[in-house]
Amino acid sequence: MSTHDHDHDDADAAFALRTEALEALMTERGLVPPGAIEAIVRHYEQDVGPMNGARVVARAWADPAYRTRLLADATQAIAEFGFAGPQGEHMVAVENGPRVHNVVVCTLCSCYPWPVLGLPPSWYKDPAYRSRIVREPRRVLAEMGLTIAEDVEVRVWDSSAEIRYLVLPERPGGTDGWDETRLATLVTRDAMIGVARAATPAGEDRD
Amino acid sequence: MDGIHDLGGMRGFGRVPWSEAEPAFHAPWEGRVFALASLALAGGVANVDSFRHAIERLDPVVYLTSGYYGRWLAATELLLRETVGTTPPRPGTLRSIDRAPRFAAGDRVRTRQMHPAGHTRLPRYARGLHGTVALVHPAFVLPDTNAHGRGEDPQHVYAVRFAARELWGDDAEPGVHVHVDCFESYLEPDAP
Repeated sequence: MSTHDHDHDDADAAFALRTEALEALMTERGLVPPGAIEAIVRHYEQDVGPMNGARVVARAWADPAYRTRLLADATQAIAEFGFAGPQGEHMVAVENGPRVHNVVVCTLCSCYPWPVLGLPPSWYKDPAYRSRIVREPRRVLAEMGLTIAEDVEVRVWDSSAEIRYLVLPERPGGTDGWDETRLATLVTRDAMIGVARAATPAGEDRD
Repeated sequence: MDGIHDLGGMRGFGRVPWSEAEPAFHAPWEGRVFALASLALAGGVANVDSFRHAIERLDPVVYLTSGYYGRWLAATELLLRETVGTTPPRPGTLRSIDRAPRFAAGDRVRTRQMHPAGHTRLPRYARGLHGTVALVHPAFVLPDTNAHGRGEDPQHVYAVRFAARELWGDDAEPGVHVHVDCFESYLEPDAP
């Protein structure tokens, strides 16, 4: 094991100890109902994640009336699936098209639409993404494997208030007649943040 | 406050450390910290704005080296030290107000030039600049006052669209617009 791993393990052990102390203090102050921690952890590990957003996007692709509702009032349209809760109080869907590509960030912290995407991945919370995507989005997206043509406008959405944005990616070709369940398999976390396109039926292309 | 958290436009952080899939929590303590912070908020130790401000007040080196849940842990520790009693927060941040929105989609606006010592959600890179209202959002609690226990002062929020050139000058990439969600009091009408 390298020195770096030792350092990481030491830091992790220190964080774990501090967490135990915090839990003891909060329990003493009556802030931790029995079973509450386990219930919260379980919810975010099992019940929410990109599979929720994928169902929303797949329905918008398959059902034009739903797409209209989603773009008009995303909070309501998403609630049709029962998806709601913290960091999803007011949702806006932004649609990609042949001349527009949308991408979402939170430069000030790490705001992210939990009910439809789950908790954010590490790279979304990293200073590199938060600092650069507002200044050089084309370059950052290209580094992440997504080249945006010069004649396509890039729209960056910095989630600086309590509005949470969901990117509605373009429906891939070769999916005529697919039902929602099958379409949802093409909708990735990254496509709904706007750092990738939806997957293609053939397979693995991120671009 | 002009703190380390206000990262938009900074250089020096390198490539985005992308990974395809990862667990919600990388270690058991991360999940417990997430839950404890959520319970602290639910129990009225803090509101969402004073919690964010506590993260912003961490030592800059601690901020950059602790990771996301390390920051949540340090902020929750800080708030528990500072808070004696608890004030049960009103749920959510959306509020209905009688005042009509001051601005409409398409209006030209200018963000205020400001550098408050306390909490704000107007990023440094978007201050004192000209933009256009793209979306009119409902009214929300104002973080600038709510973070400091000075009331909710709910007001409309606007997605303001800035041309990249307005933000970054000659270094801007072509064909880019950045939208920043701005509370009404961050904005003034643009002089024609």
